[in-house]
Amino acid sequence: MSGALLGSYQPGGTWLHRLPASAKLWGLLVLGVVVVAVRGPVSTMLFLAGALGLVAWSGAGLRLFLGALRGILVVVVLLGAYQAWQHGWPRAVESVGDLVALVLLATVLTVTTRIDEVLDAITRGLHPFARLGVDPEKVALAFSLMLRAIPTTIEIADQTRDAAVARGLQRSLRARLTPVVIRVVAHARATGDALHARGIGDDA
Amino acid sequence: MSTIEIEEVTVRLPTADEDLLVLDRTSLRLTERRVALIGPNGSGKSTLARLLNGLVTATTGRVVVDGLDVAKQGREVRRRVGFAFTDPAAQLVMPTAVEDVALSLRRLHKDKRERQRAALAVLDAYGLTGLGDRSVHSLSGGQRQLLALAGVLATDPSILVADEPTTLLDLGNSRRIADLLFSLEQQLVLVTHDLDLAARCDRALLVHDGRVVFDGPADEAVATYRAMA
Repeated sequence: MSGALLGSYQPGGTWLHRLPASAKLWGLLVLGVVVVAVRGPVSTMLFLAGALGLVAWSGAGLRLFLGALRGILVVVVLLGAYQAWQHGWPRAVESVGDLVALVLLATVLTVTTRIDEVLDAITRGLHPFARLGVDPEKVALAFSLMLRAIPTTIEIADQTRDAAVARGLQRSLRARLTPVVIRVVAHARATGDALHARGIGDDA
Repeated sequence: MSTIEIEEVTVRLPTADEDLLVLDRTSLRLTERRVALIGPNGSGKSTLARLLNGLVTATTGRVVVDGLDVAKQGREVRRRVGFAFTDPAAQLVMPTAVEDVALSLRRLHKDKRERQRAALAVLDAYGLTGLGDRSVHSLSGGQRQLLALAGVLATDPSILVADEPTTLLDLGNSRRIADLLFSLEQQLVLVTHDLDLAARCDRALLVHDGRVVFDGPADEAVATYRAMA
């Protein structure tokens, strides 16, 4: 599962693959704003249909996208239940639908775009801000590390859950959460060491 | 061959109670092509290795690589000294294999297409042909370690420091990585618990309780360590 969530480039020759990364990033930004700004379950269903259309167009296979959605399943269920309880079904459909549409759109971006291209696009886009002290290379790298951290964190959570179950501690929140926090922090430190060792921060 | 000089280096790490002495007044001059660091867990050998790349800073004393002071000229030193970690999962920071190698090459190749070609060539050179677009998560342990090494070696450092690179691998992958390490032109500083691997080196240092307690031919160092254990 972990490898399926964001950051899984799938080679292909579709128009979506050929579109420049910067155009796709801007597109995702604009669509993200529109999906959140336009209210109502009907518009949500239209956004979902559009997102599914792009999923099909990307040619990456439905299984990969289902894997990405499985990663947010718990959030979707809790969010939907809460919204239905507090505000009724239309609001629940809207909230969950918008979230699913956004995840699908983000996944379309990552399956049709190499992270290297995304980094280059972000770096180019941020160059005007270099005068203000913004380091485009570092921002781009941080973006990539964030994407890379998602499957890693899920993998750690999966392993910790298995370890807790193996020890008969499946109901212990402490046994399931504490090791995750410790290991995620340890992983972050190790990643920092690795970046330092590779001299990556030196060139930024 | 490069020259690594460690001059009266002491490393203390802060703990809740008091500073922990990890390496005690150590002086070495390493010029051999293959140098092994062996010793028990927690003996200080990884700290010694990490000093060479600036990952650990000496509390007192200094480390010099090819005339460059690691504390003062860290950037130049890191271009000369590549570092491979035990767990490649922490070292591979990009989602796919080719992107991770390309990240290493950003300094050498500014043009994206050129960088992509160079990254693919590196993957080919290390037996990872066809895996460029694979998620690093989907690679086997051996492939991940091979990729981590490829990412480090892509920039052609003159020294490779490898901290237990075969510890997490099965026998076949361990041999594969070992063969790669010993085929390199680079000077190799190898931290290992694999005494057969250590014995293949030109020189070995046995580290115990923060001190180098034996320094000499690898087979003698291994025999001394076996006698100690």
